[in-house]
Amino acid sequence: MGSAGSEPAAVTGAALHLAPTVERSVKVLVVGAYGVGKTTLIGAVSEIPVLSTEETVTAASLGVDPRLGDKSTTTVAMDFGRVTVGGSTALYLFGTPGQKRFWDLWVGLADGAVGALVVVDTRRLEDSFEVLDQLEEHTSLPVAVVVNEFPGAQHSTDAVRAALDLPAGTPVVSGDLRERRQAVEALKALVAHAVRLAGGSAAA
Amino acid sequence: MATQTPADGYRDHPVRSYVLTGGRAHPSRNTLRPETLLCAVDDGRELPVGAGRHERALLETCRGTLALAELAAYLSLPTSLAAVLASDLVDAGYLTIRSHGEHVLPGVDLLEEVLDGLRRF
Ligand SMILES: Nc1nc2c(ncn2[C@@H]2O[C@H](COP(=O)(O)OP(=O)(O)OP(=O)(O)O)[C@@H](O)[C@H]2O)c(=O)[nH]1
Ligand SMILES: [Mg+2]
Repeated sequence: MGSAGSEPAAVTGAALHLAPTVERSVKVLVVGAYGVGKTTLIGAVSEIPVLSTEETVTAASLGVDPRLGDKSTTTVAMDFGRVTVGGSTALYLFGTPGQKRFWDLWVGLADGAVGALVVVDTRRLEDSFEVLDQLEEHTSLPVAVVVNEFPGAQHSTDAVRAALDLPAGTPVVSGDLRERRQAVEALKALVAHAVRLAGGSAAA
Repeated sequence: MATQTPADGYRDHPVRSYVLTGGRAHPSRNTLRPETLLCAVDDGRELPVGAGRHERALLETCRGTLALAELAAYLSLPTSLAAVLASDLVDAGYLTIRSHGEHVLPGVDLLEEVLDGLRRF
């Protein structure tokens, strides 16, 4: 995408507006280590092409001493999609790496979120530890884990649950996240969990 | 044209802001979130001559309802900068907030509605 200073192109034709009946929005965070399938999941569910924005991070928020280098800023990208549910609600899926440096950046991103869907790749499960730690440290969000079924990877959800030392009741599901139906199942597991935590009944 | 950094966007912001709001208060500052839904006010009122090109592009793009993050993406702006521009436009009456992002976990009624909606896919 262009820099903040490039000529702004009003993309009236391309902007896919919400239906006039939509009057509220909710969001889910889709987090996970590099290359686990976050964007794939978002794209499978979204009714619009996946969009992306960037923020500038200062060296200070990266935990780097600004005196040490002349490159004091870097950018972090976030991609997202949207799906209208029930006619009047827009559900946004914000995909982020979820590492430490990320949390200072997207002020308000976790606040008010339905929950966080953590995508994991069982071939690199340890890459997910930092993301789960960061969620616990910075948020009190409901969390569900989805194992992305890459070919040749093990997909035992019980093994993943044990390895990640998840709190009791945390849903763990698995699926091919390129498939819309399976990506939606993962979202449903998270939202049902959020309903239970909020005191509602989420009977299927 | 020299590449303008996001920092420059912030630096000339107070001037643009004054053009739009005439120095009035900024009640919508800090209330906009990436998922906040926005829509241009359709009352035929033109932006003042001194308004910036980003404000014009933002308003043009927001002829129908979009979230702040979508506006930022379409305009290739950081979401934080789009939030500043959008809040000025809201405070000056050109843009309206269709929905506030919730500051706490959405209520159980809303969560159940979302779940029902997903089940119907
Ligand atoms: N076989 C298979 N491949 C997948 C699946 N999901 C994603 N991939 C592929 O894995 C690669 C990484 O997926 P992405 O969705 O880009 O992952 P990401 O988490 O967004 O990656 P970063 O944003 O770079 O951190 C892509 O080439 C996808 O096509 C899956 O379920 N099965
Ligand atoms: Mg990605």
